[in-house]
Amino acid sequence: MFRIRCPYCRELRSEEEFSYAGEAHIPRPEDPSSLSDAEWGEYLHTRTNPRGPHREMWVHTAGCRRYFNVLRDTLSYEILAVYLVGEMPPEREEAR
Amino acid sequence: MVKYASISETRCAGSNPGRMERYSLLSLVRHARRYHENWQRAWRDPAPKKAYDIVIVGGGGHGLATAYYLAKVHGVTDVAVVEKGWLGGGNTGRNTTIVRSNYLRDESSHLYEFSLKLWEGLSQELNFNVMFSPRGVLYLGHNLHDMREIERRVNANRLNGIDAELLSTADVQKLVPLMSCSPNARYPVLGASLQRRGGIARHDAVAWGFARAADAQGVDILQRTEVTGVRCDNGAVAGVETSRGFIGARKVACVTAGNSGVLAAMAGLKLPIESRPLQALVSEPLKPCLDVVVQSSGVHCYVSQADKGDLVIGAGTDSYNGYGQRGSFSVIEHTLQAICELFPAFSRVRMNRHWGGIVDICPDACPIIGETPVRGLYFNCGWGTGGFKATPGSGYVFAETLAYERPHPLAAPFSLDRFATGALVDEHGAAGVAH
Ligand SMILES: Cc1cc2nc3c(=O)[nH]c(=O)nc-3n(C[C@H](O)[C@H](O)[C@H](O)COP(=O)(O)OP(=O)(O)OC[C@H]3O[C@@H](n4cnc5c(N)ncnc54)[C@H](O)[C@@H]3O)c2cc1C
Ligand SMILES: [Zn+2]
Repeated sequence: MFRIRCPYCRELRSEEEFSYAGEAHIPRPEDPSSLSDAEWGEYLHTRTNPRGPHREMWVHTAGCRRYFNVLRDTLSYEILAVYLVGEMPPEREEAR
Repeated sequence: MVKYASISETRCAGSNPGRMERYSLLSLVRHARRYHENWQRAWRDPAPKKAYDIVIVGGGGHGLATAYYLAKVHGVTDVAVVEKGWLGGGNTGRNTTIVRSNYLRDESSHLYEFSLKLWEGLSQELNFNVMFSPRGVLYLGHNLHDMREIERRVNANRLNGIDAELLSTADVQKLVPLMSCSPNARYPVLGASLQRRGGIARHDAVAWGFARAADAQGVDILQRTEVTGVRCDNGAVAGVETSRGFIGARKVACVTAGNSGVLAAMAGLKLPIESRPLQALVSEPLKPCLDVVVQSSGVHCYVSQADKGDLVIGAGTDSYNGYGQRGSFSVIEHTLQAICELFPAFSRVRMNRHWGGIVDICPDACPIIGETPVRGLYFNCGWGTGGFKATPGSGYVFAETLAYERPHPLAAPFSLDRFATGALVDEHGAAGVAH
């Protein structure tokens, strides 16, 4: 059980208000038909799945309904950073 | 059958491989006369050798079963099982122990049915009571769509020679008098499928039984030994770094469930797997009141009553990745709401304990069994929320895959390259409720 600070609503709210939307920073390939089957399969299915800091997307389902990024430790569940779509996590955190 | 040498009860700890004392009524009586002192250790606690033919990482049910069948069926005994904690301390000892084989697709049905057949003789095979109790598994339908899916699955099962029955609301009510089957219920029960050969088993005993029988054939079981690295040489595996030093191996077989991604990363690989917490709870012990397993994916719960009387209740997975071996409170709250709707009489039962396990979820809810791009490195993972039932079958087919370096026919559809070819085996329906 944890709480997330929505970067749009600027409020610390229970995890239940949000929905998880998967690993962040996996851009859809620009030209899918130029990929090999293995590359396309990797884009669709392969995930980093780290035990530790994880960059992931969340959506504030019961609030503003907007998507944003979170850097969260998957072992301690500590939220290390919240940042907007299109941004990268703050340097300091990423080095952890 | 394995040949067990008979030995006298005065022989004690530090048994030799191949010298397993057979458990029987007679041995119980004999030991009773000596106040149950000097029972033989169930398995040795050897020091790691420098190298093994095969190192199995993960001492859960699947890893131990793999070791057992390697030794028993293929005579491969230069094997170590390396476990970071204690045997069965992962998902094997945390699951709700539902065993069944009524999956939808041919590929998975055959694999789980093969496993169920092994369950039926497992206690005799291992000379260890795994308490497999085929008391029937009910799967409820609460709306028209559920019922169509259930009918489809029952028909698919029958075509595959798997026992399956379709029950009406009245049949369900007769089988489970405590269930609220009123048409006014919030989740009315419109019917169910029933697999009578399905049931539950004792989770720890499965790990212990396989461990004892594998040890007896010379397999080294190394507990409290954590793998911290996978050493590779020219694209081939050379062994594993552990908290007790380097252990060389011609083949390394990772059977590490929720931690498979961590092991894969040690070899520079990524898997199509995400690790999530899945929770379960047990209640205080009650008098016998529920003699079948009840599952419902519509309201997401599953419940059975263990032989010692406690209700064993399973919840859903958390929606996000996690390795914390604990889950969100909202998930168990939701499950208990569903249980109380289905069984109003349970609303005053107190829960004793709750916990989480880390399940390894594949995009198609099916396992990954077989080789990887690193030569000699194998994985058996991705069993997610439902691999306990597969324990003997998974060990059997993985042992053959390792011994002959080609997939067992039942394991072939579950190779890692299906995620490139697109030949996924979609079992989200049959595995939809976590079990
Ligand atoms: C709450 C819950 C309920 C479930 N209910 C059911 C059910 O009703 N029916 C069903 O069929 N399935 C169920 N499952 C799924 C089932 O428990 C698993 O699929 C199955 O037990 C996996 O067995 P395993 O041997 O592969 O993994 P595990 O038992 O998890 O064993 C993996 C082992 O690897 C070890 N390990 C990990 N990393 C390392 C390392 N670096 N070095 C050394 N060792 C390491 C771990 O300590 C662990 O002991 C449930 C799971 C959970 C969590
Ligand atoms: Zn918001």
